[in-house]
Amino acid sequence: MNLMMLLEMAAGAYGDRVAFQNGSESLTYQELFDAAGALAADLSDGRTQHLAMLDESSLALPVAVFGASWAGVPFAPLNYRLTDPELDSLLDQLQPGRLVTDEERAGRLGARVDANEGDHYVSVSTTDDLLSGARADGASLREEPWSTEMEDTAILLFTSGTTGAPKAAVLRQKHLVSYVLGSVEFMGADENDASLSCVPPYHIAGMAGIVSAVYSGRRVIQLPKFTAEDWIATAREQNVSHAMVVPTMLSRIVDVLEEEKDAGMPNLRNLAYGGGKMPQSVIEKAMELFPDTSFTNAYGLTETSSTISLLGPDDHREAMASADEAVRRRLVSVGQPLPTIEVSIRDVDTEEPVAAGERGLIFVRGEQVSGEYRGKGSLLDAEGWFNTRDGGYLDEGGYLFLEGRMDDVIVRGGENMSPGEIEDVLLTHVGIQDACVIGIPDEQWGEAVAAVVVTRKDAAPSAAELQQWVKDRLRSSRTPERVEFWEELPYNETGKLLRREVREALRDDD
Amino acid sequence: MAVLKAGSRLKSAVCSSELMVVVAPAEDVTLTCGGAPVIELGADAPAGGEVDADHKNGTQMGKRYTNEAGDIEILCTKPGEGSLASGGTALEIKGAKPLPSSD
Repeated sequence: MNLMMLLEMAAGAYGDRVAFQNGSESLTYQELFDAAGALAADLSDGRTQHLAMLDESSLALPVAVFGASWAGVPFAPLNYRLTDPELDSLLDQLQPGRLVTDEERAGRLGARVDANEGDHYVSVSTTDDLLSGARADGASLREEPWSTEMEDTAILLFTSGTTGAPKAAVLRQKHLVSYVLGSVEFMGADENDASLSCVPPYHIAGMAGIVSAVYSGRRVIQLPKFTAEDWIATAREQNVSHAMVVPTMLSRIVDVLEEEKDAGMPNLRNLAYGGGKMPQSVIEKAMELFPDTSFTNAYGLTETSSTISLLGPDDHREAMASADEAVRRRLVSVGQPLPTIEVSIRDVDTEEPVAAGERGLIFVRGEQVSGEYRGKGSLLDAEGWFNTRDGGYLDEGGYLFLEGRMDDVIVRGGENMSPGEIEDVLLTHVGIQDACVIGIPDEQWGEAVAAVVVTRKDAAPSAAELQQWVKDRLRSSRTPERVEFWEELPYNETGKLLRREVREALRDDD
Repeated sequence: MAVLKAGSRLKSAVCSSELMVVVAPAEDVTLTCGGAPVIELGADAPAGGEVDADHKNGTQMGKRYTNEAGDIEILCTKPGEGSLASGGTALEIKGAKPLPSSD
């Protein structure tokens, strides 16, 4: 199995279709295939063992993804927001290899890492050079076919590191190919379909989006720098039919569209969202603003090769229209597991499966689940289950509800509590716009509950009022002992709440 | 007769079909396309082979073919006139409800 086989099928069946478009530049499927072959020939120099890319989305990105697979070299998209010292520690793990980056960084990083000798080197070149080299007239394709070995590493993705030093998740050819074969219909897209891609390359949804689009035959329009205004304008100009956004992006899009008089997006048939918790108010507003659009909520992790559970368009409509509170609540669930994925909720301490409705750890199993970090081996258990360390529960209908990372669980006097449960209650208060609940050290209880909240404009609930609000709705042990009022909460660029920063800020206050 | 190993690439000996093994059977079975045993993708097809009239329903690109037990699964990577059979039993298209696009 190899990602190149998917591209070969695409080039064979619809080679003249536009595959990727960035501004006025584009690549057809056949051009992408040829460029990948030329890059693969270039990478087959006998010493390059990694290809890293540190740049925004460009046409060079899909060429690099597939060219690396053809050459049998792992591809590592890096976060361009990292500092140079942070980058150095990642590059140390990618030797010997090649780093492709923008011109400014290439000049700055080149001398330093090139000074290393032997196997300890990373050569540096620019993204533009990679693309022009791979597209040059007369560039010859790699003669040897790509490996069909399923265990080859296709992509190394450094996890976002909201809880510590970045680790490289290993996605092998078998994981990504299984994901595509199990969830995407070959040539399922209409020739006029176009999807708008604004997720950064170093996010699993960015990588999965590339390989899924190729297999479905959909034209991908890259929007490297997200702003709500550009997103809306591009979606309208290019007749975008599909898009994927993270919650913070949708929230901004909704804000901008609410200001408009005719806020229609009539061509947008499918809008998928994921990558973080979607506030119910945002999704409800979005559904009102885009009455003709089908919404899909996707849940997945880097370690599971993207999506493992989906709340589809019918689920959204059913939940919105239902008078049954349990069905209505499904709007904030992540839907049901893919047919190729098994989900099991396990007790936090015993790791024994629990009944429907009971909270626990989310375990998953399936061909696309990697659960492997470089240098640490596979974290799958003997039966192939992966502990996501996300907390959650399944309702009676098999809908999966997330309750945050288990690493964030607060243990107060031996009682485990999920910050998400307390945050949800705070967010139902009319004066609260955003909330983050964490555990803080406490001599008596081990940990105590602290809440950091952002209030709405013109609202000023007191700490005592909010404490009473939680106490009335949850057990008294869940009442925040400390309430802080902030202007805003820290999020990373893909919409993940940075609890670590909140924790550090509260500690520094003491 | 080619070895059936997950990930391996095969082709028909008598038509243009090209295949990839998604799920390999635990036991040795003969996989045929167009009535003739399949061969490695890189191998030369024997001259003069023809698609058997009883195995002429064709393969469709991008479709996965499986048996009732589900212990074999073959992806068609290039279509052809011949149809697939495992141990003499015709393989059927794996019917899957298309999922909504999520990325």
